Amino acid sequence: MKDSDGYVTADGRQIGGVLMEMKNITLRFGGVVAIHDISFDIREGEIRAIIGPNGAGKSSMLNVISGFYTPSEGEVWYKGSKRPPMRPYEVARLGVARTFQNIALFEGMSVLDNVMTGRLTHMKAGIGAQALWWGRARDEEIANRRKVEEVIDFLEIQHIRKTPVGNLPYGLKKRVELARALAAEPSILLLDEPMAGMNVEEKEDMSRFILDVNDEFGTTIALIEHDMGVVMDLSDRVVVMDYGKKIGDGTPDEVINNQDVIDAYLGVAH
Amino acid sequence: MLNEIFIKPFADMVAAPDFLMQVLWEGLVSGILYALIALGFVLIFRSSRIFNFAQGIMVVFAALTLVGLYEMGVPAWICVLLTLGVMFVLAVVIERVVLRPLVGQPDIILFMATIGITLFLIGLGEIIFGGENEVMITEELGIPTGDTVLEPFGGLLILQHLDITVVVVATLLVIALLAFLNYTQMGRAIRALGDDHQAALSVGISLQTVWVLVWFIAGIIALVTGIAWGARAGVSFALEVIAYKALPVLMLGGLESITGAIIGGLMIGILEKLFEIYWGQPLLGGNTETWFAFVLALIVLLFRPQGLFGERIIERV
Repeated sequence: MKDSDGYVTADGRQIGGVLMEMKNITLRFGGVVAIHDISFDIREGEIRAIIGPNGAGKSSMLNVISGFYTPSEGEVWYKGSKRPPMRPYEVARLGVARTFQNIALFEGMSVLDNVMTGRLTHMKAGIGAQALWWGRARDEEIANRRKVEEVIDFLEIQHIRKTPVGNLPYGLKKRVELARALAAEPSILLLDEPMAGMNVEEKEDMSRFILDVNDEFGTTIALIEHDMGVVMDLSDRVVVMDYGKKIGDGTPDEVINNQDVIDAYLGVAH
Repeated sequence: MLNEIFIKPFADMVAAPDFLMQVLWEGLVSGILYALIALGFVLIFRSSRIFNFAQGIMVVFAALTLVGLYEMGVPAWICVLLTLGVMFVLAVVIERVVLRPLVGQPDIILFMATIGITLFLIGLGEIIFGGENEVMITEELGIPTGDTVLEPFGGLLILQHLDITVVVVATLLVIALLAFLNYTQMGRAIRALGDDHQAALSVGISLQTVWVLVWFIAGIIALVTGIAWGARAGVSFALEVIAYKALPVLMLGGLESITGAIIGGLMIGILEKLFEIYWGQPLLGGNTETWFAFVLALIVLLFRPQGLFGERIIERV
Protein backbone atom coordinates (compact mmCIF):
# COMPACT_ATOMS: atom_id res chain seq x y z
CA MET A 1 0.00 0.00 0.00
CA LYS A 2 2.88 2.42 0.65
CA ASP A 3 4.17 3.38 -2.78
CA SER A 4 5.49 6.91 -3.15
CA ASP A 5 2.59 8.05 -5.32
CA GLY A 6 -0.08 7.22 -2.81
CA TYR A 7 -2.81 4.62 -2.90
CA VAL A 8 -6.51 4.15 -3.55
CA THR A 9 -8.83 3.69 -0.58
CA ALA A 10 -11.50 1.02 -0.28
CA ASP A 11 -14.17 3.57 -1.20
CA GLY A 12 -12.24 4.60 -4.28
CA ARG A 13 -10.63 7.91 -3.19
CA GLN A 14 -7.18 8.61 -4.59
CA ILE A 15 -4.69 9.41 -1.84
CA GLY A 16 -1.66 11.41 -2.96
CA GLY A 17 1.99 11.54 -1.96
CA VAL A 18 3.44 12.48 1.42
CA LEU A 19 2.37 15.98 2.52
CA MET A 20 3.88 16.04 5.97
CA GLU A 21 6.38 13.77 7.59
CA MET A 22 7.39 13.58 11.21
CA LYS A 23 10.91 12.19 11.55
CA ASN A 24 12.05 10.82 14.91
CA ILE A 25 10.20 13.42 16.93
CA THR A 26 11.07 13.59 20.61
CA LEU A 27 9.54 16.13 22.96
CA ARG A 28 10.68 16.64 26.54
CA PHE A 29 9.38 18.92 29.24
CA GLY A 30 12.25 19.00 31.72
CA GLY A 31 12.62 15.37 32.71
CA VAL A 32 9.27 14.27 31.35
CA VAL A 33 9.34 12.69 27.91
CA ALA A 34 5.98 13.45 26.29
CA ILE A 35 6.87 12.05 22.88
CA HIS A 36 9.59 9.48 22.34
CA ASP A 37 11.16 9.07 18.90
CA ILE A 38 8.00 8.95 16.79
CA SER A 39 7.93 8.94 12.99
CA PHE A 40 4.95 8.86 10.70
CA ASP A 41 3.68 10.58 7.59
CA ILE A 42 0.48 12.23 6.46
CA ARG A 43 -0.47 11.85 2.82
CA GLU A 44 -2.32 14.30 0.69
CA GLY A 45 -6.08 13.86 0.80
CA GLU A 46 -6.24 11.30 3.57
CA ILE A 47 -7.86 11.32 6.96
CA ARG A 48 -5.12 10.40 9.38
CA ALA A 49 -5.99 9.67 12.97
CA ILE A 50 -3.74 9.75 16.00
CA ILE A 51 -5.23 7.70 18.80
CA GLY A 52 -4.17 6.48 22.19
CA PRO A 53 -5.26 6.39 25.82
CA ASN A 54 -5.28 9.59 27.91
CA GLY A 55 -1.82 11.00 28.44
CA ALA A 56 -0.35 9.16 25.48
CA GLY A 57 1.05 12.37 24.01
CA LYS A 58 -1.48 12.84 21.21
CA SER A 59 -2.16 16.49 21.89
CA SER A 60 1.54 17.16 22.28
CA MET A 61 2.06 15.66 18.83
CA LEU A 62 -0.62 17.90 17.37
CA ASN A 63 1.01 20.89 19.05
CA VAL A 64 4.33 19.95 17.45
CA ILE A 65 2.69 19.78 14.03
CA SER A 66 0.99 23.17 14.50
CA GLY A 67 4.10 24.83 15.93
CA PHE A 68 2.81 25.43 19.46
CA TYR A 69 5.61 23.15 20.69
CA THR A 70 9.08 22.88 19.22
CA PRO A 71 10.33 19.28 19.27
CA SER A 72 13.45 18.63 21.37
CA GLU A 73 14.74 16.30 18.68
CA GLY A 74 13.63 15.27 15.24
CA GLU A 75 12.44 17.00 12.13
CA VAL A 76 9.15 18.04 10.64
CA TRP A 77 9.06 17.79 6.86
CA TYR A 78 6.33 19.65 5.06
CA LYS A 79 5.67 19.67 1.32
CA GLY A 80 9.02 18.10 0.61
CA SER A 81 11.28 20.33 2.67
CA LYS A 82 12.40 20.50 6.27
CA ARG A 83 10.48 23.01 8.33
CA PRO A 84 12.67 25.26 10.47
CA PRO A 85 11.50 26.02 14.04
CA MET A 86 8.56 28.39 13.72
CA ARG A 87 6.04 30.28 15.76
CA PRO A 88 2.44 29.04 15.59
CA TYR A 89 1.24 31.97 13.50
CA GLU A 90 3.96 31.33 10.94
CA VAL A 91 2.94 27.68 10.70
CA ALA A 92 -0.66 28.82 10.24
CA ARG A 93 0.42 30.97 7.31
CA LEU A 94 1.93 27.87 5.66
CA GLY A 95 -1.54 26.38 5.44
CA VAL A 96 -1.85 24.44 8.69
CA ALA A 97 -5.18 25.15 10.40
CA ARG A 98 -6.32 23.61 13.65
CA THR A 99 -9.03 23.34 16.24
CA PHE A 100 -8.54 22.94 19.96
CA GLN A 101 -9.63 20.31 22.44
CA ASN A 102 -11.13 22.91 24.76
CA ILE A 103 -12.53 25.17 22.04
CA ALA A 104 -10.62 28.38 21.49
CA LEU A 105 -12.99 30.84 19.89
CA PHE A 106 -13.28 34.61 20.09
CA GLU A 107 -16.23 34.61 22.47
CA GLY A 108 -17.08 38.28 22.19
CA MET A 109 -17.28 38.26 18.42
CA SER A 110 -20.08 37.05 16.15
CA VAL A 111 -19.92 33.70 14.37
CA LEU A 112 -19.35 35.52 11.11
CA ASP A 113 -16.44 37.55 12.50
CA ASN A 114 -14.93 34.43 14.05
CA VAL A 115 -14.98 32.61 10.74
CA MET A 116 -13.64 35.72 9.00
CA THR A 117 -10.54 35.60 11.19
CA GLY A 118 -9.85 32.25 9.53
CA ARG A 119 -9.13 34.23 6.36
CA LEU A 120 -6.32 36.21 7.99
CA THR A 121 -3.72 33.94 6.45
CA HIS A 122 -4.96 35.07 3.04
CA MET A 123 -4.60 38.74 3.84
CA LYS A 124 -2.23 40.48 1.46
CA ALA A 125 -3.23 44.12 1.54
CA GLY A 126 -1.17 46.30 3.87
CA ILE A 127 -2.46 47.79 7.08
CA GLY A 128 -2.52 51.24 5.51
CA ALA A 129 -4.69 50.12 2.62
CA GLN A 130 -7.02 48.42 5.08
CA ALA A 131 -7.26 51.47 7.26
CA LEU A 132 -8.34 53.46 4.21
CA TRP A 133 -10.61 50.63 2.95
CA TRP A 134 -8.90 51.06 -0.33
CA GLY A 135 -8.36 49.14 -3.58
CA ARG A 136 -6.97 45.73 -2.91
CA ALA A 137 -8.07 45.70 0.71
CA ARG A 138 -11.70 46.16 -0.32
CA ASP A 139 -11.55 43.52 -3.07
CA GLU A 140 -9.94 41.11 -0.63
CA GLU A 141 -12.56 41.73 2.02
CA ILE A 142 -15.32 40.97 -0.48
CA ALA A 143 -13.59 37.81 -1.74
CA ASN A 144 -12.97 36.66 1.84
CA ARG A 145 -16.57 37.28 2.74
CA ARG A 146 -17.73 35.15 -0.19
CA LYS A 147 -15.51 32.24 0.84
CA VAL A 148 -16.65 32.53 4.44
CA GLU A 149 -20.33 32.43 3.46
CA GLU A 150 -19.58 29.27 1.50
CA VAL A 151 -18.06 27.60 4.55
CA ILE A 152 -20.92 28.77 6.75
CA ASP A 153 -23.43 27.26 4.34
CA PHE A 154 -21.45 24.07 4.11
CA LEU A 155 -21.39 23.54 7.86
CA GLU A 156 -25.02 24.57 8.22
CA ILE A 157 -24.55 27.41 10.66
CA GLN A 158 -26.31 30.15 8.63
CA HIS A 159 -28.95 30.61 11.31
CA ILE A 160 -26.39 31.72 13.90
CA ARG A 161 -24.21 33.93 11.67
CA LYS A 162 -24.72 37.08 13.74
CA THR A 163 -24.87 35.46 17.17
CA PRO A 164 -22.01 36.19 19.57
CA VAL A 165 -20.13 32.93 19.96
CA GLY A 166 -20.21 33.12 23.76
CA ASN A 167 -23.97 32.47 23.67
CA LEU A 168 -23.79 29.23 21.67
CA PRO A 169 -24.13 25.68 22.99
CA TYR A 170 -21.06 23.46 23.03
CA GLY A 171 -21.78 21.40 19.91
CA LEU A 172 -22.28 24.49 17.77
CA LYS A 173 -19.14 26.12 19.14
CA LYS A 174 -17.19 23.08 17.98
CA ARG A 175 -18.71 23.52 14.54
CA VAL A 176 -17.87 27.23 14.42
CA GLU A 177 -14.30 26.38 15.32
CA LEU A 178 -14.21 23.90 12.45
CA ALA A 179 -15.65 26.59 10.17
CA ARG A 180 -12.92 29.04 11.16
CA ALA A 181 -10.23 26.46 10.40
CA LEU A 182 -11.88 25.55 7.10
CA ALA A 183 -12.17 29.17 6.02
CA ALA A 184 -8.39 29.26 5.84
CA GLU A 185 -8.58 26.70 3.01
CA PRO A 186 -5.78 24.83 4.76
CA SER A 187 -3.44 22.34 3.12
CA ILE A 188 -3.77 20.33 6.27
CA LEU A 189 -6.47 20.50 8.90
CA LEU A 190 -5.68 19.42 12.46
CA LEU A 191 -8.58 18.48 14.70
CA ASP A 192 -7.89 18.02 18.41
CA GLU A 193 -10.61 15.70 19.72
CA PRO A 194 -13.37 17.08 17.50
CA MET A 195 -15.93 14.82 19.18
CA ALA A 196 -14.91 15.31 22.81
CA GLY A 197 -17.81 15.94 25.14
CA MET A 198 -20.48 15.49 22.49
CA ASN A 199 -23.62 13.36 22.62
CA VAL A 200 -24.23 10.64 20.05
CA GLU A 201 -26.21 12.82 17.69
CA GLU A 202 -23.62 15.61 17.75
CA LYS A 203 -20.87 13.05 17.18
CA GLU A 204 -22.64 11.71 14.12
CA ASP A 205 -23.09 15.24 12.77
CA MET A 206 -19.44 16.03 13.31
CA SER A 207 -18.31 12.78 11.68
CA ARG A 208 -20.44 13.57 8.67
CA PHE A 209 -18.94 17.05 8.40
CA ILE A 210 -15.41 15.73 8.65
CA LEU A 211 -16.05 13.19 5.89
CA ASP A 212 -17.81 15.81 3.75
CA VAL A 213 -14.97 18.29 4.14
CA ASN A 214 -12.46 15.67 3.06
CA ASP A 215 -14.66 14.56 0.19
CA GLU A 216 -15.78 17.95 -1.07
CA PHE A 217 -12.57 19.98 -0.76
CA GLY A 218 -10.06 17.13 -0.74
CA THR A 219 -8.67 18.56 2.51
CA THR A 220 -6.01 16.50 4.25
CA ILE A 221 -7.13 15.94 7.83
CA ALA A 222 -5.19 14.79 10.86
CA LEU A 223 -7.33 14.20 13.90
CA ILE A 224 -6.91 13.10 17.47
CA GLU A 225 -9.50 11.03 19.19
CA HIS A 226 -9.63 8.56 21.99
CA ASP A 227 -13.01 7.11 21.04
CA MET A 228 -11.86 4.08 19.02
CA GLY A 229 -15.21 3.50 17.33
CA VAL A 230 -15.37 6.96 15.77
CA VAL A 231 -11.81 6.77 14.52
CA MET A 232 -12.17 3.38 12.89
CA ASP A 233 -15.12 4.57 10.81
CA LEU A 234 -13.57 7.87 9.80
CA SER A 235 -9.94 7.42 9.09
CA ASP A 236 -7.87 5.99 6.30
CA ARG A 237 -4.80 5.32 8.42
CA VAL A 238 -4.21 5.41 12.14
CA VAL A 239 -1.19 6.08 14.35
CA VAL A 240 -1.53 4.60 17.82
CA MET A 241 0.40 6.18 20.69
CA ASP A 242 0.87 5.02 24.25
CA TYR A 243 3.10 6.59 26.90
CA GLY A 244 4.68 8.82 24.26
CA LYS A 245 5.67 5.95 21.99
CA LYS A 246 4.24 4.77 18.71
CA ILE A 247 2.81 1.30 19.10
CA GLY A 248 0.92 0.91 15.88
CA ASP A 249 0.50 2.45 12.44
CA GLY A 250 -1.67 1.34 9.57
CA THR A 251 -5.24 0.97 8.35
CA PRO A 252 -7.94 0.72 11.02
CA ASP A 253 -8.20 -3.03 10.43
CA GLU A 254 -4.48 -3.57 10.80
CA VAL A 255 -4.34 -1.48 13.93
CA ILE A 256 -7.30 -3.03 15.67
CA ASN A 257 -5.75 -6.48 15.42
CA ASN A 258 -2.37 -5.32 16.70
CA GLN A 259 -1.61 -6.98 20.04
CA ASP A 260 0.21 -3.92 21.46
CA VAL A 261 -2.78 -1.74 20.68
CA ILE A 262 -5.19 -4.15 22.29
CA ASP A 263 -2.97 -4.26 25.38
CA ALA A 264 -2.75 -0.49 25.58
CA TYR A 265 -6.49 -0.08 25.44
CA LEU A 266 -7.31 -2.95 27.74
CA GLY A 267 -4.58 -1.95 30.17
CA VAL A 268 -1.97 -4.69 30.39
CA ALA A 269 0.74 -3.95 32.97
CA HIS A 270 3.83 -2.34 31.44
CA MET B 1 -32.23 74.64 49.83
CA LEU B 2 -34.36 71.99 48.11
CA ASN B 3 -35.50 74.69 45.78
CA GLU B 4 -31.89 75.46 44.92
CA ILE B 5 -31.14 71.81 44.14
CA PHE B 6 -34.26 70.54 42.44
CA ILE B 7 -36.11 73.47 40.94
CA LYS B 8 -33.98 76.52 40.33
CA PRO B 9 -31.36 74.88 38.05
CA PHE B 10 -34.04 73.55 35.74
CA ALA B 11 -35.89 76.82 35.78
CA ASP B 12 -32.63 78.54 34.79
CA MET B 13 -32.16 76.09 31.92
CA VAL B 14 -35.63 76.83 30.56
CA ALA B 15 -35.32 80.55 31.11
CA ALA B 16 -32.09 80.85 29.10
CA PRO B 17 -32.06 78.08 26.48
CA ASP B 18 -29.27 79.78 24.53
CA PHE B 19 -27.00 79.60 27.57
CA LEU B 20 -27.98 75.96 28.11
CA MET B 21 -26.96 75.23 24.52
CA GLN B 22 -23.63 76.93 25.11
CA VAL B 23 -23.04 74.73 28.16
CA LEU B 24 -24.05 71.59 26.28
CA TRP B 25 -21.76 72.48 23.38
CA GLU B 26 -18.77 72.98 25.63
CA GLY B 27 -19.55 69.71 27.38
CA LEU B 28 -19.70 67.98 24.02
CA VAL B 29 -16.27 69.29 23.02
CA SER B 30 -14.59 67.92 26.14
CA GLY B 31 -16.74 64.81 25.98
CA ILE B 32 -15.57 63.82 22.55
CA LEU B 33 -11.95 64.22 23.61
CA TYR B 34 -12.57 62.03 26.67
CA ALA B 35 -14.22 59.47 24.39
CA LEU B 36 -11.29 59.48 22.00
CA ILE B 37 -8.72 58.97 24.70
CA ALA B 38 -10.84 56.28 26.38
CA LEU B 39 -10.85 54.49 23.02
CA GLY B 40 -7.06 54.39 23.18
CA PHE B 41 -7.30 52.61 26.54
CA VAL B 42 -9.97 50.20 25.32
CA LEU B 43 -8.00 49.19 22.22
CA ILE B 44 -4.90 48.31 24.17
CA PHE B 45 -6.89 46.59 26.89
CA ARG B 46 -8.89 44.50 24.44
CA SER B 47 -5.92 43.29 22.48
CA SER B 48 -3.56 42.61 25.37
CA ARG B 49 -5.41 42.89 28.71
CA ILE B 50 -3.05 45.68 29.62
CA PHE B 51 -4.38 48.74 31.36
CA ASN B 52 -2.18 51.35 29.75
CA PHE B 53 -1.23 53.77 32.47
CA ALA B 54 1.10 55.53 30.01
CA GLN B 55 -1.69 56.88 27.80
CA GLY B 56 -1.61 60.25 29.57
CA ILE B 57 2.10 60.79 29.21
CA MET B 58 1.86 59.74 25.56
CA VAL B 59 -0.44 62.74 25.04
CA VAL B 60 2.16 65.03 26.62
CA PHE B 61 5.01 63.41 24.75
CA ALA B 62 3.25 63.70 21.38
CA ALA B 63 2.37 67.35 21.96
CA LEU B 64 5.87 68.21 23.19
CA THR B 65 7.48 66.47 20.22
CA LEU B 66 5.25 68.36 17.80
CA VAL B 67 6.01 71.75 19.34
CA GLY B 68 9.68 70.89 19.86
CA LEU B 69 10.14 69.96 16.21
CA TYR B 70 8.44 73.16 15.11
CA GLU B 71 10.76 75.22 17.25
CA MET B 72 13.67 73.58 15.44
CA GLY B 73 12.39 75.23 12.26
CA VAL B 74 10.55 72.33 10.65
CA PRO B 75 7.37 73.29 8.74
CA ALA B 76 4.23 72.62 10.76
CA TRP B 77 2.71 69.85 8.65
CA ILE B 78 6.02 68.04 8.35
CA CYS B 79 6.15 68.20 12.15
CA VAL B 80 2.86 66.30 12.33
CA LEU B 81 4.20 63.56 10.05
CA LEU B 82 7.48 63.37 11.94
CA THR B 83 5.62 63.19 15.26
CA LEU B 84 3.54 60.30 13.90
CA GLY B 85 6.83 58.68 12.96
CA VAL B 86 8.12 59.19 16.50
CA MET B 87 4.93 57.65 17.94
CA PHE B 88 5.38 54.65 15.63
CA VAL B 89 8.98 54.17 16.73
CA LEU B 90 7.80 54.48 20.33
CA ALA B 91 5.20 51.72 19.72
CA VAL B 92 7.85 49.44 18.21
CA VAL B 93 10.28 50.08 21.06
CA ILE B 94 7.64 49.53 23.74
CA GLU B 95 6.64 46.22 22.13
CA ARG B 96 10.24 45.03 21.75
CA VAL B 97 11.71 46.16 25.03
CA VAL B 98 8.80 46.05 27.45
CA LEU B 99 5.93 43.88 26.24
CA ARG B 100 7.64 41.04 24.40
CA PRO B 101 9.77 39.88 27.34
CA LEU B 102 6.67 40.02 29.56
CA VAL B 103 4.33 37.93 27.39
CA GLY B 104 2.31 35.56 29.54
CA GLN B 105 3.05 37.37 32.81
CA PRO B 106 0.13 38.28 35.10
CA ASP B 107 -1.82 41.41 34.10
CA ILE B 108 -0.62 43.32 37.13
CA ILE B 109 3.01 42.97 36.02
CA LEU B 110 2.17 44.43 32.62
CA PHE B 111 0.26 47.22 34.33
CA MET B 112 3.32 47.98 36.43
CA ALA B 113 5.38 47.98 33.26
CA THR B 114 3.19 50.74 31.81
CA ILE B 115 3.80 52.79 34.96
CA GLY B 116 7.49 52.25 34.23
CA ILE B 117 6.95 53.51 30.69
CA THR B 118 5.19 56.58 32.12
CA LEU B 119 8.07 57.47 34.44
CA PHE B 120 10.57 56.86 31.67
CA LEU B 121 8.72 59.13 29.24
CA ILE B 122 8.42 61.88 31.85
CA GLY B 123 12.18 61.78 32.33
CA LEU B 124 12.94 61.56 28.62
CA GLY B 125 10.50 64.39 27.83
CA GLU B 126 12.12 66.66 30.40
CA ILE B 127 15.63 65.92 29.14
CA ILE B 128 14.75 66.60 25.51
CA PHE B 129 12.18 69.37 25.75
CA GLY B 130 12.75 70.86 29.18
CA GLY B 131 9.99 71.30 31.73
CA GLU B 132 8.61 74.63 30.56
CA ASN B 133 5.14 75.35 29.27
CA GLU B 134 4.91 75.65 25.51
CA VAL B 135 2.26 77.09 23.25
CA MET B 136 0.53 74.75 20.82
CA ILE B 137 1.20 75.70 17.21
CA THR B 138 -2.50 76.04 16.48
CA GLU B 139 -2.40 78.67 13.76
CA GLU B 140 0.64 77.19 12.07
CA LEU B 141 -1.28 73.93 11.63
CA GLY B 142 -4.04 75.86 9.88
CA ILE B 143 -6.55 75.33 12.65
CA PRO B 144 -9.01 78.27 12.57
CA THR B 145 -9.05 80.39 15.72
CA GLY B 146 -11.99 82.73 15.23
CA ASP B 147 -15.55 82.17 16.36
CA THR B 148 -19.04 82.05 14.98
CA VAL B 149 -21.88 83.70 16.84
CA LEU B 150 -25.33 82.22 16.47
CA GLU B 151 -28.48 83.69 17.89
CA PRO B 152 -30.87 80.91 18.83
CA PHE B 153 -33.99 81.88 20.84
CA GLY B 154 -32.91 85.49 20.50
CA GLY B 155 -29.87 84.78 22.70
CA LEU B 156 -26.19 84.22 22.06
CA LEU B 157 -24.31 81.03 21.19
CA ILE B 158 -20.59 81.38 20.58
CA LEU B 159 -18.91 78.54 18.76
CA GLN B 160 -15.11 78.71 18.77
CA HIS B 161 -13.76 77.55 15.41
CA LEU B 162 -11.11 75.60 17.28
CA ASP B 163 -13.82 73.67 19.12
CA ILE B 164 -15.70 72.98 15.91
CA THR B 165 -12.50 71.63 14.34
CA VAL B 166 -11.85 69.45 17.38
CA VAL B 167 -15.35 67.99 17.28
CA VAL B 168 -15.17 67.31 13.53
CA VAL B 169 -11.70 65.78 13.58
CA ALA B 170 -12.33 63.68 16.70
CA THR B 171 -15.66 62.44 15.33
CA LEU B 172 -14.05 61.45 12.04
CA LEU B 173 -11.26 59.67 13.88
CA VAL B 174 -13.71 57.76 16.06
CA ILE B 175 -15.77 56.71 13.04
CA ALA B 176 -12.65 55.68 11.14
CA LEU B 177 -11.46 53.58 14.11
CA LEU B 178 -14.83 51.86 14.41
CA ALA B 179 -14.86 51.05 10.70
CA PHE B 180 -11.29 49.77 10.89
CA LEU B 181 -12.07 47.52 13.83
CA ASN B 182 -15.30 46.13 12.44
CA TYR B 183 -14.80 45.83 8.71
CA THR B 184 -11.16 45.00 8.11
CA GLN B 185 -9.18 41.83 8.71
CA MET B 186 -6.58 43.66 10.77
CA GLY B 187 -9.35 45.12 12.92
CA ARG B 188 -10.76 41.66 13.47
CA ALA B 189 -7.29 40.45 14.39
CA ILE B 190 -7.10 43.15 17.09
CA ARG B 191 -10.44 42.15 18.57
CA ALA B 192 -9.63 38.45 18.23
CA LEU B 193 -6.34 38.69 20.07
CA GLY B 194 -8.06 40.09 23.16
CA ASP B 195 -10.47 37.17 23.26
CA ASP B 196 -8.10 34.22 22.97
CA HIS B 197 -4.35 34.24 22.41
CA GLN B 198 -4.04 30.56 21.45
CA ALA B 199 -6.83 30.74 18.93
CA ALA B 200 -5.42 33.95 17.52
CA LEU B 201 -2.04 32.29 16.96
CA SER B 202 -3.72 29.34 15.28
CA VAL B 203 -5.32 31.54 12.63
CA GLY B 204 -2.04 33.25 11.86
CA ILE B 205 -2.27 36.42 13.96
CA SER B 206 1.10 37.70 15.07
CA LEU B 207 0.97 39.02 18.61
CA GLN B 208 3.84 41.39 17.93
CA THR B 209 2.31 43.02 14.85
CA VAL B 210 -1.02 43.62 16.56
CA TRP B 211 0.61 45.07 19.66
CA VAL B 212 2.72 47.49 17.67
CA LEU B 213 -0.39 48.46 15.76
CA VAL B 214 -2.58 49.17 18.81
CA TRP B 215 0.17 51.14 20.53
CA PHE B 216 0.64 53.15 17.37
CA ILE B 217 -3.10 53.84 17.21
CA ALA B 218 -2.91 54.92 20.86
CA GLY B 219 -0.05 57.20 19.75
CA ILE B 220 -2.15 58.75 16.98
CA ILE B 221 -4.96 59.33 19.47
CA ALA B 222 -2.45 60.85 21.86
CA LEU B 223 -1.26 63.29 19.18
CA VAL B 224 -4.78 64.40 18.23
CA THR B 225 -5.85 64.88 21.86
CA GLY B 226 -2.52 66.57 22.56
CA ILE B 227 -3.10 69.13 19.81
CA ALA B 228 -6.73 69.73 20.76
CA TRP B 229 -6.21 70.02 24.50
CA GLY B 230 -2.87 71.78 24.11
CA ALA B 231 -4.53 74.46 21.99
CA ARG B 232 -6.90 75.22 24.88
CA ALA B 233 -4.67 74.76 27.89
CA GLY B 234 -1.07 75.04 26.66
CA VAL B 235 1.44 72.26 26.29
CA SER B 236 2.93 71.06 29.55
CA PHE B 237 3.16 67.95 31.66
CA ALA B 238 -0.18 68.94 33.19
CA LEU B 239 -1.80 67.70 29.97
CA GLU B 240 -1.38 64.23 31.40
CA VAL B 241 -4.44 64.93 33.51
CA ILE B 242 -6.75 64.56 30.53
CA ALA B 243 -5.92 60.86 30.45
CA TYR B 244 -6.97 60.47 34.06
CA LYS B 245 -10.28 62.02 33.07
CA ALA B 246 -10.66 58.99 30.84
CA LEU B 247 -10.60 56.70 33.89
CA PRO B 248 -14.15 57.47 35.05
CA VAL B 249 -15.18 57.19 31.41
CA LEU B 250 -13.78 53.68 31.40
CA MET B 251 -15.47 52.84 34.69
CA LEU B 252 -18.76 53.99 33.21
CA GLY B 253 -18.30 52.40 29.83
CA GLY B 254 -16.43 49.29 30.88
CA LEU B 255 -12.90 48.52 29.74
CA GLU B 256 -14.12 46.15 27.05
CA SER B 257 -16.66 48.19 25.23
CA ILE B 258 -15.89 50.55 22.38
CA THR B 259 -19.45 51.87 22.29
CA GLY B 260 -19.23 52.27 26.05
CA ALA B 261 -16.10 54.40 25.76
CA ILE B 262 -17.76 56.73 23.27
CA ILE B 263 -21.06 57.12 25.08
CA GLY B 264 -19.33 57.28 28.48
CA GLY B 265 -17.00 60.02 27.24
CA LEU B 266 -19.81 62.16 25.85
CA MET B 267 -21.92 61.62 28.98
CA ILE B 268 -19.16 62.67 31.34
CA GLY B 269 -18.19 65.66 29.25
CA ILE B 270 -21.72 66.99 29.13
CA LEU B 271 -22.85 66.06 32.65
CA GLU B 272 -19.80 67.53 34.36
CA LYS B 273 -20.32 70.82 32.52
CA LEU B 274 -24.02 70.95 33.36
CA PHE B 275 -23.33 70.12 37.00
CA GLU B 276 -20.59 72.74 37.25
CA ILE B 277 -22.68 75.55 35.81
CA TYR B 278 -26.07 74.85 37.37
CA TRP B 279 -25.20 73.19 40.66
CA GLY B 280 -21.49 73.49 41.27
CA GLN B 281 -20.96 77.23 40.93
CA PRO B 282 -24.08 78.46 42.74
CA LEU B 283 -24.08 75.83 45.52
CA LEU B 284 -20.58 74.45 45.97
CA GLY B 285 -18.32 77.31 45.03
CA GLY B 286 -17.38 75.87 41.63
CA ASN B 287 -14.45 73.82 40.42
CA THR B 288 -16.52 70.65 40.57
CA GLU B 289 -15.24 69.43 37.21
CA THR B 290 -12.13 67.99 38.83
CA TRP B 291 -14.10 65.45 40.87
CA PHE B 292 -17.60 65.17 39.44
CA ALA B 293 -16.72 62.46 36.91
CA PHE B 294 -15.16 60.26 39.58
CA VAL B 295 -18.14 60.54 41.91
CA LEU B 296 -20.48 59.72 39.04
CA ALA B 297 -18.39 56.67 38.16
CA LEU B 298 -18.41 55.60 41.80
CA ILE B 299 -22.19 55.75 41.95
CA VAL B 300 -22.52 53.75 38.71
CA LEU B 301 -20.07 51.14 39.99
CA LEU B 302 -22.17 50.66 43.12
CA PHE B 303 -25.02 49.42 41.00
CA ARG B 304 -23.29 47.97 37.94
CA PRO B 305 -19.77 46.74 38.76
CA GLN B 306 -19.08 45.87 35.12
CA GLY B 307 -19.85 49.41 34.02
CA LEU B 308 -22.78 50.48 31.88
CA PHE B 309 -21.71 48.54 28.80
CA GLY B 310 -19.03 46.15 30.05
CA GLU B 311 -19.22 42.44 29.47
CA ARG B 312 -21.42 40.89 32.09
CA ILE B 313 -19.39 38.54 34.19
CA ILE B 314 -21.25 35.27 34.37
CA GLU B 315 -19.57 32.56 36.28
CA ARG B 316 -20.41 29.05 35.20
CA VAL B 317 -20.35 26.51 37.96
